[in-house]
Parts: sequence; C-alpha cells; structure tokens
Amino acid sequence: MPLLEIVRETPTTTTYRFRGDLGGKPGQFLMVWIPRYDELPMALSHLGAVKGITVRDYGDATHALAAFTAGDRIGVRGPYGNAFQLEGPSVLAVGGGSGMASMIAAIEAFAQQGARVVTAVGARTAAELLFVERANAAGEMHIATDDGSRGSAGFVPALAEKLLARESFAQVITCGPERMMAAVVDLARQKGLPVQASLERYMKCGIGICDACALDDKLVCWDGPIFTGDQLAKSEEFGRYRRDKSGRRVPV
Amino acid sequence: MVDLRTEIAGVALRNPTMLASGFLDETGGSMARVYQAGAGAVVTKSVGPQPREGYPNPTIVELDAGLLNAVGLPNPGVIEYEHEVKRAQAAGAVVIGSVYGKDADEYAAVAAKMSTYGVQAIELNLSCPHAKGLGTEIAQDEAAVRDFTREVKDVVDIPVFPKLSPNVQDIAKFAVAAEEGGADGIVAINTMKAMAITPELKMPSLANRFGGLSGPAIRPIGVRAVYDICEKVQIPVIGVGGVGSGRDALEYIMAGASAVQVGTAILSRGLGVFNEIAREMASLLEEAGFQSVPEAIGVAHA
Repeated sequence: MPLLEIVRETPTTTTYRFRGDLGGKPGQFLMVWIPRYDELPMALSHLGAVKGITVRDYGDATHALAAFTAGDRIGVRGPYGNAFQLEGPSVLAVGGGSGMASMIAAIEAFAQQGARVVTAVGARTAAELLFVERANAAGEMHIATDDGSRGSAGFVPALAEKLLARESFAQVITCGPERMMAAVVDLARQKGLPVQASLERYMKCGIGICDACALDDKLVCWDGPIFTGDQLAKSEEFGRYRRDKSGRRVPV
Repeated sequence: MVDLRTEIAGVALRNPTMLASGFLDETGGSMARVYQAGAGAVVTKSVGPQPREGYPNPTIVELDAGLLNAVGLPNPGVIEYEHEVKRAQAAGAVVIGSVYGKDADEYAAVAAKMSTYGVQAIELNLSCPHAKGLGTEIAQDEAAVRDFTREVKDVVDIPVFPKLSPNVQDIAKFAVAAEEGGADGIVAINTMKAMAITPELKMPSLANRFGGLSGPAIRPIGVRAVYDICEKVQIPVIGVGGVGSGRDALEYIMAGASAVQVGTAILSRGLGVFNEIAREMASLLEEAGFQSVPEAIGVAHA
C-alpha cells in the first residue's frame, strides 16, 4: 500500500494513512509490514475509505517507519481480531499513551450512535497526549499527565476513579500499558460495571495458528485483542506475564 | 457405529486426528484447548536445547494454495517447556514431544529430557525446510536419518517417530533408513520448500525469503509419499499434509497411514476441525462398509 499522508501526532507518535478497501471495526488491528524490518500488529486508528494506523516509535522497525514519506509502501494484512462491543447509553474510555490509538475509533463510533462518551486520556507529559481533540469532539474529555504539565497530575486510573465516583456509566473501555489497564479493570469490576480492555502481545501470524500471542489458553490475535473484565479476572497472566519471542513467560 | 479409535506403536488415540507440530502448540494452554476441541493427540512445537526466538516477521503468507511459513522454530527451550507439557497433560491431553537440535547428541539430549515430562512419544523434526545450522535438514541424508534415530532410541523408552521431508527424490528410502535406526513409526510429510514474492514491494514476502508450504496444495504429494513409504516399511505411518476433511484423512488412511495430523485446516475450519474430520470419517467409513479405522488402513494398496 502506498502511504497517502503522514501526520506527526506527538513527538514520538505518527499516523500513517493509506487507501484500503479492507473493512475494519473499532478495535481491530492490521498486520503491518515495514519492508526490510518487521511486520507488527497495529490498531486501526482511522476507519473509512482512507485507513490509518497510529504508531509509537519504540524500536528499530517503528523507527524506520518514522522516516517513511508519502508514496513509500507498506504491506498490510487484516483486519484481524475482535472489535469493541458498542452497547449502552454511556461509556467511560480510559486511555494511556499510545493506547488511545486502539480506542479512538470506538470512542467516535460510540458517540455517533448517540452514547454519552467520557474519555480520560493519560500520558507522561502534555506533549505526549494522543487524540485529545478527537476525544473532545466525541464527548467529554479529561486529562492526566504524570508530570502535571496538563490536566491533573498523576496516573490516569486515579482520574478514572474520580469520574466513576462522580457518575455512573453503562460500561468502561480501556487501552494502555497493561498495569494501567489492570488497575482500570479492577476499578470497573469493583463498581460492577462491564469493562473491555484491548491487549497487546508479540505476534507472528496474527491469524490464530502460531501461538506466539498466547494469554492463558486464549490467543490475543484471535480471541482478542479485546477481552472482557470477566475473562481478565480469571486470567493468570493478565497484568503479570507476557511471552517473549521464544515463548518464555516473562513479567509484563 | 464406526469405532474411530486407533493406535500407533502402542500410543492409543481416541480418534485418528492429531495436531500437527507448529500450530497452537508453544503453550500448554493452547495444547489443552486443541485437545479439548477434539484432537486425538497434540504434537508440541519443535523444542530444542535452548530458547530460540525464530525469524523476524513476516513469517507467514496466506496463499490460495495454502500457507507459506518461515516461523523459524521459536521455542522456550526444553527446560522451560516442562511447564507447558504439564499444563496440557493436566487437561488430559495425549502429548507427543517434537524435538530438534544441531546434531545427534543434542537431539538425544532434548528427547531424553522431554521423555521425563511424561510425553507419550517423541517426534523427531528432521525436516524443517527453513532452519539453517540445525539438524532439521538431515532428512536429506539417509545415513543421518538412521543414526539420529538410533541415537535417540538409545536414550528414551517411549516410541520415536522421525518426521520426514518431501524435499527429496525418493522419500521411501529415508523411511527405510529410519526403520533401520529403530524408529517406531514415520511421520510424513513436512512442508514443501517454497517461496512467494510481493510484486508491489519487489521482494520476497517472507523475511527469511523462502519457507515451507502447507495446506491443500501439498495433500497429493503427502498421500503419494505415505503410499510409497508403506510399500517399503513395516512400522506405522502418520500422514500429514493438507488434511482438512474426513475425506482427506481417509485418503491418507487408505494410502497406509494409521493416523493423520492437521494444521493449516485450523485456519479455514477453526478448532472444530478435529471433531468435524472425525465425524466425517465415521460416516464415510460406515458408507464404505468398515467397522473401524484399522480395517481401512492401506486398503488402496490392494
């Protein structure tokens, strides 16, 4: 796929747009081939005719991708995985860092079907906040930064706790660092609210055969990437372990 | 009612479908799930002496004809793998341990360790078409097949099944060599060496450039290999390659296989594929007048 447009969202995060008649629902991901470097799972941050993926520069392949310009080609397969279930009159969306990339399409889809959407966006600093304008346009938006440079100072689960105390939501969705998500899942379950979390694991095939992305007896690519709070509460591995490239269980 | 139970070198199976090595078998949780979904047995990911990351992505390409992969034998190493085997066994799974190494000594050491985990048999991956510097291309050398098999046989007291490569002129000679080395059964075939190119990017579609082809395209190759092997050896054969239906499985059984392995068909039919194949086999066997699987083994040789 030739890249149509490249948008620098934050100092470390970039959106790549391309035309693709692939379909795709909020929360699904693509396997994106960065030629000569790697193929990685990436969430669809823009649905519609001109698709988009939003990628944090964190390794060799994503760093190489950051140097791509319009017209450069990537390979794309998918979309794969399940989607956020968009039900109920209201939702609290809790996003940390580049996790917003996996949730923003769901935030907008919820709003479009008339739900009240409140988003809590967290990042290390103000400059790293992702998709705050889009989240704001979809409903109410609150910010937490680790260094207090914008919004409330501290981690986003603390902000979510305040919002959950202030009003009742029909459900919670979350994506971000796994320990953050584990805290949000706990908060939602304490309130008895349905919660969905979008997980990330190392993947090879993306289509449910290679077992690289195993989470207990589930596959993040096939059964996920979105799991319910009930599933995660039963998990031995969520918030604790992931698998490295060789399949060894290592701490999250 | 047709009796679907079968047996290979003393390993009893509730039905003749086994999970092929390389699919959903790096973790105990997934192997347990596949067994619970109906497989008669599960073969583990090929496990070596040390942890191995495998190749960089892209490692798979979906083709019309099947699946091309160069995953590159990722595995956590035989020491850590104990936990995964135990977890599968706790769910009641019949587990066959697939092993590899860089030489016969390593194969024997890994097989010996694996056998202490309570696996029912050892599969020797002698034939991965895309792993360099490992013993996995020894299925190209008859003497090596014999010697590696013998060395493993000397250190384990469970059945040993060498898995052979179709990327040779006459696969039956290699099966004979394995039998001479003391093999208790033969697994045939591994994937066919193959390649795909992405024209838009002007480069091979796999990071490793070439890989192994599995799925429907290689079924006739596998059936022929099993047929030839069964003309030359007395030990049982497990047929692998493009099995996606009960009818496909019966082709292998009638060519002489005692059981079949299933992998790529999980993509098209899901994990229910094991139960579905078993059900389809039962009805086809019944129509053909067979009471059990063993009655149908090798009938195409008549």
